[in-house]
Parts: sequence; structure tokens; C-alpha cells
Amino acid sequence: MSAKFDIQHIAALARLNLNESEREKFARQLDQIVAYIDQLNELDTSGVEPMFHVLPLHNVFREDEERKVFPESDYLSGAPRRDKGHYEVPQILG
Amino acid sequence: MLPDTIAQARDGLKNGKYSAVELLETLRKRIGSAEDKVKAYIHLTDDLALEQAQAADQRIAGGEDAPLLGIPLAIKDNICARGARTTCASRILDNFVAPYDATATQRLLSAGAVILGKTNLDEFAMGSSTENSHYQPTRNPWDLERVPGGSSGGSAAAVSAGMCLGALGSDTGGSIRQPASFCGVTGLKPTYGRVSRFGLVAFASSLDQIGPMTRTVADAALLLNVIGGKDPLDSTSADVALPDFTKALGRDVKGLRMGIPKEYFTSGIDPEIERAMRETIRTLEKLGMKQVEVSLPHTQYAVATYYILACAEASSNLSRYDGVKYGFRAENSKNLLDMYTKTREEGFGEEVKRRIILGTFVLSSGYYDAYYLKGQKVRALIKRDFDEAFKLCDVIVAPNSPIAPFKLKEKLDDPLQMYLSDIYTISINLAGLPAMAVPCGFTQGGLPIGAQLIGRHFDEETVLNVGHRFQLDTDYHLKRPPL
Repeated sequence: MSAKFDIQHIAALARLNLNESEREKFARQLDQIVAYIDQLNELDTSGVEPMFHVLPLHNVFREDEERKVFPESDYLSGAPRRDKGHYEVPQILG
Repeated sequence: MLPDTIAQARDGLKNGKYSAVELLETLRKRIGSAEDKVKAYIHLTDDLALEQAQAADQRIAGGEDAPLLGIPLAIKDNICARGARTTCASRILDNFVAPYDATATQRLLSAGAVILGKTNLDEFAMGSSTENSHYQPTRNPWDLERVPGGSSGGSAAAVSAGMCLGALGSDTGGSIRQPASFCGVTGLKPTYGRVSRFGLVAFASSLDQIGPMTRTVADAALLLNVIGGKDPLDSTSADVALPDFTKALGRDVKGLRMGIPKEYFTSGIDPEIERAMRETIRTLEKLGMKQVEVSLPHTQYAVATYYILACAEASSNLSRYDGVKYGFRAENSKNLLDMYTKTREEGFGEEVKRRIILGTFVLSSGYYDAYYLKGQKVRALIKRDFDEAFKLCDVIVAPNSPIAPFKLKEKLDDPLQMYLSDIYTISINLAGLPAMAVPCGFTQGGLPIGAQLIGRHFDEETVLNVGHRFQLDTDYHLKRPPL
């Protein structure tokens, strides 16, 4: 198993179930990838501002007007389970 | 008769040589004979295409002259087209029918285009070979044993094999340019913000960009004219003037300075690709361009930076696939959480899971500063490299890929090796620049090689003009694969 990864914990955070062979394989591959990524530590980035985006973005406001983009049936038509105009999901608690 | 380019087809339609419906039939025949071997499409939009072609014929008869009237195009299957499935080549979206058009799709349709079908890709555009598709791997039309590149491998192969006259792809780390290069076609990744991402299924939102894939640079300019420009539905689409890119073509390139990044010509590049690149530089010099050496000193950190940031954004973007509102849902779940984790286990393929795990890790408590924040800082250094280089030159000339098209399955078991093959394309997305692949030669084995032209922010005009001038002097882009 990986020295660095708690793969079970990460998978749980990602709401992703992994089987045993995937856990083993991913932990091994991600060890390699993270070892590669660790080369960024060679770089001194003190004083460098992080660049989250290439464009000078700022919030864009618009009037909050009601408009119908497409009918309700279009939203619901793709849902795996639906009932009386609502999305249906399995039991939430318990 | 199959036209070679969009420009030719426009003439043919305008002069009444054929109708839009006849042109559609010609393309369909070509698809009928080549698609079994290439497998570029996930699905064809049969009835929709016929209706669009009939409508185009009526508009032509009415004397209208929209830029793409009756032109048959293909769209990568991570870009929504109303009424057609948009699968992202993923099981989790296998049955998803888009309830709206992406802005890029809507603009193509308004310009009169006929949409032939949706093309194959690596699942959610994650990959460099189009092998990570839930449905099928696409083959390289130049050698069916080899990959077409990725992730827009379906679009590249369809253009190359003459199964559409042009296509849309998307490019997050090279996904337009590398497959264009592998399949011997032209592919442009516009400046980040040039083309609206509304209706493009998000992979890494700060890097994704839609762009044209065509046989010629002139056709790419034509498509960019149509799909480019500010869109109120995408707040990251830039409010900058949209020039007529077709008019930029044909300007003199004499005296333009081409920067050659020394870090892109070190060990690791296939000698045949290096030879083709040197030849390309010589051709551009003959056309009057000046060669200057530039340095992009942080190149070696680009792949690491990219995989931190792209996976972090992906893990966040892909959290929406939960089996509730659309797409696939796993059966027999005990409760909601169980349904989420099973749906995602069964719905996502291996590479997507790997990236979700890596992205979740770099964002997780205790690692955020060490990886995600560090990555954003190195990203700033990479962009600064380009800012410095563009003080010395007007366009950068570089390879797209250090390697020629490889065999299917050759790199599938070694994700890190696959990631490293994106070394020349990835920095451009991190810096948000426009860049284009143009065919520039062949290996001795007859596989296409592409050169990459990189421009300043929002200076697609120079990139397109230099590429067009190069194509006036060369014929690599006119060669057809022996299908």
C-alpha cells in the first residue's frame, strides 16, 4: 500500500467506491505520479502570487429577472427516477 | 465528388454544383465506407442532419449567404447539441440527451451548418489517445493500428478521413492540437475566453477551450469567425473585439519574429519530428520571418503543474455526476450515499477515477498548500516565461508532441508516460494562449507530424496568418490517408 495515500479516505471524500484491485493499482500509480509532482518543491515560489485564472476576472452582475429557458419536462426527462415533477432518490437517512 | 475544404464546398453550393442535401449524401457515403475502420463517431445525427440540410437548401434558394450554409460538420461529444445525445464517451452520460445547444453549436447552426454527428473522445476529454472511451477506441486513418491522439481523436480522425469537412474539438492540455498533429489536420486552440464554454461539459474550467479542427488554416479562420465572441451565458468569455479572422490571412509575414524555445528541442524529442521542425523553421525563414531563440525555463514543471490543477478542477466539476438529475444510476442501493458511491464506481472509467482521486488528494486537508497552491504559483511562473518570450518574438514555433502516433495499448498501462507526452502543449493552456497545429511533414513510416504556432493573448490573427502562409507554400495538409 501507499506510504502517502490513505486511498480509502480520499475515495470516500470523492464519493467514489473503489474495489480492492483498483485501490491497490491506484495507490501504486498515484505514488509514482505524486513523486513526479513533488519536483515542484525544487522551485522557490516565495513571493509569487498564485494564478487561479489567466484572465483578470471579476464578478459579473446582471438583473435578476425571471425567464423560462426550457420547459420543466426537459429538466426531468433525463432523470433516472422521477415522480410527480420531482427527482426521486433512495432513502437519505439510515 | 467529395470537396476537400469548407471553402470549396461553399463555392460548390453557391454555384449550384450540388445541393446541401446532395453534399450531405456524399459525406454519408464516405462515412459508410470509412467509419467501420476508423470509428470516429459515437453516433450520427441522421434525421437532424437531413432536416438541417433541407433547411440550408431553402435558405440558399432564398438567396441567403450565411458563412456555413449547408456545410457538414462534426462535433466532439462533450459539446451539447439540443436533441442529440451528449455522452462525453462515458457510461455515466450514456443516455443523456442535451436539452439545449452549446453556444458554439448554436452559432454553427445559425450560420447554416449541418451537424453530421458527435465524435469520439477520451472519457470526459481525459487522455491523449482516445482509448479511454466507454464505447470504442478510434483508429488513426493513416495507420489503423495506431491511435489518433486525444482527447479530440474522433474529430481529428473524421476530418482526416474526409468524414466531415470540419469539426469542433476541445482543448484542456493539448486535446485539439495533439490529435490534429497525429492525424495530419489543422487544429486551433483559441485564447482562453475567446470561445464561450457554455454547453461544453466542464473538465478543468480554467483551462478548457473549444476550437476548430479542419483541413486548412483558412477553414479554421472561417469557423473561429462563427464560434468566437462574448457570450452572456459564459461569464469567462472575454469581452474583446472579434476581428474578421479571414481578413487576417494573406498579410505579409516578412520581418515577423518567430521564437524558438530552446527547452522544446532538448533530449526526448523524436529525431524525425525534430528534423521536420527544423525544415518548418527554414520554410518560414524563406518566407521572410526571422528566427530568434527564446527561453521558457519552467517548461520541465508544466506537466506536474497541469496534473495538479486539471485534476483538482476535474474532481470538483465531476462531483455533479451523482445519479440524481440525469445520466446513469446504479441499482439496488441501500441509501442515498450508497447510491452516489456505486453510481460513480460503475459509471466512470479507470482514467477518470484516477484523476478524481488525484484531484481530491491535492485539494484535501493538509495537502492543499503543498500541492494545489504550489501549482497555482508555478502556473504564474510559466505564464511569466511566455510574457518574457513574447517581448522578443511575435509567434512561437514549436512541436506539438515529442513522439509520433503510437500503437493502440502501447501506453495505456503507464499513465505517467502518457501524461509526459503532453509536454509541449500543456503550458499553453496554463498560460491561456492561442496555439495551432499545422501539418508539417511525415515520418519515414508515413505518419503525420504537426508544428505548433503559439501566439500572444487574443492574437489568433498572427497565428492563423503565419499558418496560412505556410500552407500556401507546402502541401502536407492536402495529403489524404490511404483508406
